[in-house]
Amino acid sequence: MYKKINTPLTEEIISQLKAGDLVLLSGEIYTARDEAHKRMVDSLNKGEKLPFKIKNSVIYYVGPCPPTPGQIVGSCGPTTSGRMDKYTPLLIELGLKGMIGKGYRSEEVINAMKKYKAVYFTAIGGAGALLAEKVKEAKVVAYEDLGTEAVYKFVVEDFPIIVTIDMYGNNLYEAEKEKYKLMQKGE
Amino acid sequence: MKEIEAKKITEIVKLLCIEANYDLPKDIFDALKERIKEEKSPLGREILKNIIKNAEIAKGKRVPICQDTGIAVVFVEIGQDIRIVNGNLKEAINEGVRLGYEEGYLRKSVVKSPIVRQNTKDNTPAIIHYNICEGDKLSITVMPKGAGSENMSALKMLKPSDGIEGIKNFVIETVQNAGPNACPPLIVGVGIGGDFEFAPYLAKIALLRSVGERNTDEMLAQLEEELLQEINMLGIGPQGLGGSTTAIDVHIETYPTHIASLPVAVNLGCHVTRHATFVL
Repeated sequence: MYKKINTPLTEEIISQLKAGDLVLLSGEIYTARDEAHKRMVDSLNKGEKLPFKIKNSVIYYVGPCPPTPGQIVGSCGPTTSGRMDKYTPLLIELGLKGMIGKGYRSEEVINAMKKYKAVYFTAIGGAGALLAEKVKEAKVVAYEDLGTEAVYKFVVEDFPIIVTIDMYGNNLYEAEKEKYKLMQKGE
Repeated sequence: MKEIEAKKITEIVKLLCIEANYDLPKDIFDALKERIKEEKSPLGREILKNIIKNAEIAKGKRVPICQDTGIAVVFVEIGQDIRIVNGNLKEAINEGVRLGYEEGYLRKSVVKSPIVRQNTKDNTPAIIHYNICEGDKLSITVMPKGAGSENMSALKMLKPSDGIEGIKNFVIETVQNAGPNACPPLIVGVGIGGDFEFAPYLAKIALLRSVGERNTDEMLAQLEEELLQEINMLGIGPQGLGGSTTAIDVHIETYPTHIASLPVAVNLGCHVTRHATFVL
């Protein structure tokens, strides 16, 4: 029941993803959370380049634990995506195609997703130990001084995520909650 | 007078930080497992299975259950017949946190100033609650509290006339606003009474009670049951993606209050509501 997809995420790939699909993602993804987003957008405003190629890329909102000896990366579950909402529409406009996090997104983000075609996935919040096993390579590519908030390039294999808001604007948070709310009341 | 070496306290706190972050308490683990059978959403069941698998991996491989290893909240129950020697209690606790977060490969998530936001790089200072009690026992509990659930917690000063209905509405509203952000299934800690700063403390200690254990007061026990049922009717479900398991328990703690006041605090615990205790 899981769909397997690979990065880079082309429009063709995401056009086939619907809210509710279970996905196993493989390939390169980039980590960035609060402070890294702030720096990326600041550098764009100054006319500088981003630390990685944004076109068809996927950003994972995460601040991993330090790895234990022998581990590639420490526990690395998603952080709350809403804190990145302020910065996201601009990144989508520049070609960001996928975001992995947890929790609601703003209307501005969803509108940008529809306009420029992007998809929002959730990974299970708190499942950091499980998700770390799917990371095969991890390398800091920018903002090393930020520690856990630095931008890492992860190479993931069969990373389990759920399509939560698709490029058509279907939103699993809204649809599913209503479904089970009614179901419970009906009993 | 029983004497306890400050060094001993540091050692205990260090181990508790690591244990709490690697091992999900058994009552929570069992309750999550139990809910898989009852969860109505197929996606919800899949998420619960993964949550269980995650806790097993963390325990087996000795790695943190969640990457947000929290700010260390430390509850100290200290008997009045105890004397701490060769150091001071607060520094001994903070040193334990420092060592625990370093040696346990835990994420350091504390910033020095809430405005300037520079990481202290050792996860200190801890949030410490001291309670002096009778006897010569020392009990230390470490609760690593992540920000996902903490950020969605809330306090409201109700009017006495708002009564039980007002309390229920506020608890449900808080859970609803939290939605997926607080990483459900939740444990909902509710503190009622005291004053402005005491109600949230009550809500936080409510999270330490075992899942399934009811308040000893019958009326409050019933209120816990009712709230749990109503929260699970909201449809929010595991990770907010729909379903019948939004919370695995609701715990209420109360305290006397002023004739004019009705403070209610809701402290949300995610599905990784971790804590570990050591009694000396």
